[in-house]
Amino acid sequence: MAIRVEHELHRRRSGRNWGLLIILIAFVGLVFGLTVVKVTRLGDARAFESFDHVANPALVPQEEEGARQ
Amino acid sequence: MQDASLTEGAAVPAEAGLGDYFQLLKPRVMSLVVFTALVGLLVAPGGVHPYIAFVAVLCIAVGAGASGALNMWWDSDIDIKMRRTRSRPIPGGRVRREEALGLGLALSGFAVVLLWLATNLLAAGLLAFTIFFYAVIYSMILKRRTPQNIVIGGAAGAFPPMIGWAVVTGGVSLESVLMFLLIFMWTPPHFWALALFVKSDYGDAGVPMLTETHGRAATRRQILAYTLPLVAVSLGIGFTSIGGWIYLAAALALDIWFALGVLAIARRSEAEAEADSYATEKRVFMVSLWYLFGHFGALLAQSALSAFWGS
Repeated sequence: MAIRVEHELHRRRSGRNWGLLIILIAFVGLVFGLTVVKVTRLGDARAFESFDHVANPALVPQEEEGARQ
Repeated sequence: MQDASLTEGAAVPAEAGLGDYFQLLKPRVMSLVVFTALVGLLVAPGGVHPYIAFVAVLCIAVGAGASGALNMWWDSDIDIKMRRTRSRPIPGGRVRREEALGLGLALSGFAVVLLWLATNLLAAGLLAFTIFFYAVIYSMILKRRTPQNIVIGGAAGAFPPMIGWAVVTGGVSLESVLMFLLIFMWTPPHFWALALFVKSDYGDAGVPMLTETHGRAATRRQILAYTLPLVAVSLGIGFTSIGGWIYLAAALALDIWFALGVLAIARRSEAEAEADSYATEKRVFMVSLWYLFGHFGALLAQSALSAFWGS
């Protein structure tokens, strides 16, 4: 048996709900765009990569080169 | 529970649309905020990524809108008494007071935090202070107590170019203070010119307006009194790093245009004004709008042409 969810309230609030959906998507897009701009403007990527205190492969070759010499 | 929900439903007979929530943000005030903040941001030395600039101006606009919603929440009891504000979403019965408070607080938090993340702490702090100033200092404390409410409350509308400047420079300087003062000194003559020819019902709502507490003759003198420092600030900007010959020429022309109108207002009696249906007061009010947009437009033109000639 199909579940009927249609109610007069749904029709009345449909415009508001669609508007809210658009605002939420715009918010996600806004924060995503901000993240992209911030990350791509870091310059030296290593400054960002070493920020989390996790072993960083990008930094290892330099140490290895130093060890060989 | 059912009874309570029915009672609540009866208090709000009309269903609020998205447009009603947008009206809580006072979109017309927002347009002035966006323009002045954008100019403050564009004339500041240095630069900022266009997307960051977009996010910053959006945050400033949303912050201004949030303070508008908080103002409508607090003033809903007097909004219903005045013709001009009676059809607003809360007195119109489409939005509940609590909804306006919730929207105002949520958008305030969103705008301040996002501006901080996108730019710097000073810009976000200035935006937070602007919202606090408009919602608490102006709406809750000053508006119903003193006829100088417009003067001090005008500071809230004067902060946006200073925030725009702080977005780029991360600081406050003479230039940004003077842009603040330009709007701050402009607000009283602008609103009092309007108050002279609009039959307001502020008195019925218990809001002391200068025209009613001190009379119309005193209001005319006050308009002139605030115009003198306004002209000084306007010309003073021309001699700072954001000024120049283009700005000075435009500012001088606008100052003369506005000051002549204000002088005419100060010299007129109420009988003369009534005889021509407040023609001078209406004209000066319109000139005051051009005055502010003209000054910030001239700053923008000066900045663009200086960059062009400088390169």
